[in-house]
Amino acid sequence: MPALHLAAYTMTSALGAGLAPTLQALRTQRSGVRARRWETVDLDTCIGEVPEVDALTLRPDLAAYDCRNNRLAQLGLEQDGFVAAVQAAMARHGAHRIGVFLGTSTSGILSSELAYRHRDPATGDFTQPLDYRRTHNSYSVADFVRSYFGLQGPALVVSTACSSSAKVFGNAQRMMDSGLIDAAIVGGVDSLCLTTLYGFNSLQLVSRQPCRPYDAQRDGISIGEAAAFVLVERADRVAAGDIVMSGIGESSDAHHMSSPHPEGLGARLAMQQALDMAGLQPAQIDYINLHGTATPSNDAAEDQGVTALFGTDTPCSSTKGHTGHTLGAAGGIEAVVCALALQHDLAPGGCGTEQVDPRLKSRYLLRNLEQPLRHVLSNSFGFGGSNCSMILSKVGGAA
Amino acid sequence: MTLTVHVQGIGVYGPGLTGWAQTADVLTGRSAYVPAPIQLPAPEALPAAERRRAGTTIKLAFAVGFEAIRQAGADASTLRSVFSSSGGDCDNCHAILETLASADRAVSPTRFHNSVHNAPSGYWSIATACRATTTSLCAYDGSFAGGLLEAATQVHSAQEPCLLLTYDTPYPGPLGAPRRISQPFGLALLLAPAAGAGTLATLDLALARQTPQRMDDAALEALRMGAPAARGLPLLQGIARGASGLVALEYLDGMSLDVSLRPAA
Repeated sequence: MPALHLAAYTMTSALGAGLAPTLQALRTQRSGVRARRWETVDLDTCIGEVPEVDALTLRPDLAAYDCRNNRLAQLGLEQDGFVAAVQAAMARHGAHRIGVFLGTSTSGILSSELAYRHRDPATGDFTQPLDYRRTHNSYSVADFVRSYFGLQGPALVVSTACSSSAKVFGNAQRMMDSGLIDAAIVGGVDSLCLTTLYGFNSLQLVSRQPCRPYDAQRDGISIGEAAAFVLVERADRVAAGDIVMSGIGESSDAHHMSSPHPEGLGARLAMQQALDMAGLQPAQIDYINLHGTATPSNDAAEDQGVTALFGTDTPCSSTKGHTGHTLGAAGGIEAVVCALALQHDLAPGGCGTEQVDPRLKSRYLLRNLEQPLRHVLSNSFGFGGSNCSMILSKVGGAA
Repeated sequence: MTLTVHVQGIGVYGPGLTGWAQTADVLTGRSAYVPAPIQLPAPEALPAAERRRAGTTIKLAFAVGFEAIRQAGADASTLRSVFSSSGGDCDNCHAILETLASADRAVSPTRFHNSVHNAPSGYWSIATACRATTTSLCAYDGSFAGGLLEAATQVHSAQEPCLLLTYDTPYPGPLGAPRRISQPFGLALLLAPAAGAGTLATLDLALARQTPQRMDDAALEALRMGAPAARGLPLLQGIARGASGLVALEYLDGMSLDVSLRPAA
């Protein structure tokens, strides 16, 4: 399978809009997760909010797409020269040869959550119009991005809970391998909504304080929101220092809907597939960005899967302490974090974690580690036992 | 550039359509189409508790998926899969939205984990003990074509068979107005990289700009328009007739998925 060149990339999260504040937060191990009231939510929890979204206005011709998720998408698109990079790719390849494959778990469901508060008591109908297609439907965000650029290539949304925006790199790779496209916008957007805040709370998976991945005292996730966009092209003309996706693996746990396989078997399978595609041995991986949600069972299962394959020497961390768990956007933003890590030879230390759980055997970084990085792996796992692991590599980097 | 895949098995359930053999009779005109409430078997191979709780979406996905793999004689435990649906489990979504609009907002944990778009894929992997690559997609009204395209790229890139399952159910409550899905409909295709003894048809796929093909029969056309998964009906009709030629399927604004159909040799 062909490697994908990450020709342009950007992310927006509670750490800030674009790469500069993100890199600064990684360098200083700053978290964007705060105890905050959001909307009418009456839960005692911390969130990774992107506050700029509230006041943002969509481009007038796209006003019908207005919802929190697409506002976050637009904010994310308009950072780091990403729009210009896509327009240049359109000039190179043509609008019909660029795909849009994005991940989301809840899309613009917040719009329907609000609409359900305003129903005619007699008929049950909404009392205000709702553009379901352009807000709530899962495809909305891909439709929005495709329309934003006037792209005419294939498009779809992957919605596999918290692995969604990692798996889309696989869609782009297959579509390119099949000769249907020359480039794609991949990534994902997920935004705060009541469904996930109350839903994860009902499963008792939400921490009251900022999440502490791999900590002995970890007690659940902090929900965040984010947008990640990556322009991928064939890797046949890359230069030294460029970042490529060299391998990806997708598997299922076949175990349980909301609990991981206790020994991380499905996760291990995905990591092995990614290594096989990249043609790498485990010892060649210089850093692992863990899924690391900070629930007791997720981190324990991932630790088993990681150490079974990599042993206990590979530097690892979760950046969910920085951003919160951004669910369907997590795989996308963590791919971008891995690209930054490679670009700056920086393996980021975690945020929020004070004492690594002695039962977990991975080499979890509590401090940043600056050393040459050539190959890094990112894990993303979701409900339904959906696993995705991705390897990013630096072309001609230090061995 | 075209992508070639071979259809080894078909599963289909809809109102008045119960399995491929009967549906093929309707689509070829050997028997009349009589709309009737959908009849779905209990989802096989699931643990008893999950089977009891399974809603229409899970039943639909399982019914079409198992029919297709049985026809193909495929081993479900190693089979790649692509699940595609516009809205997933719309009954469950409505129930959660009602709860969130109520005073206590106490979402049921089971409802929440069943709300993920990939819930059918998760249950399928558990029921078939399958750890192979699976994904869950949405492309609104183009969800059938988008799923077919993704499944075909899986077959091409991995040179392995892949099961496509597409299914839609109507929204109850107020979402039924802005999102009209008139009936549950499910369709599964088992696609393989090479033709074999059991091949039902060969498909060459290409992206194009054709107007999607309609069904001649008014009731079947209403069915096609009544659920995104049913946008695959013109393809099923071509396969049932043993026809060759082009079938344009609805995909995205300004784009169709063109299928050049070749009957089994």
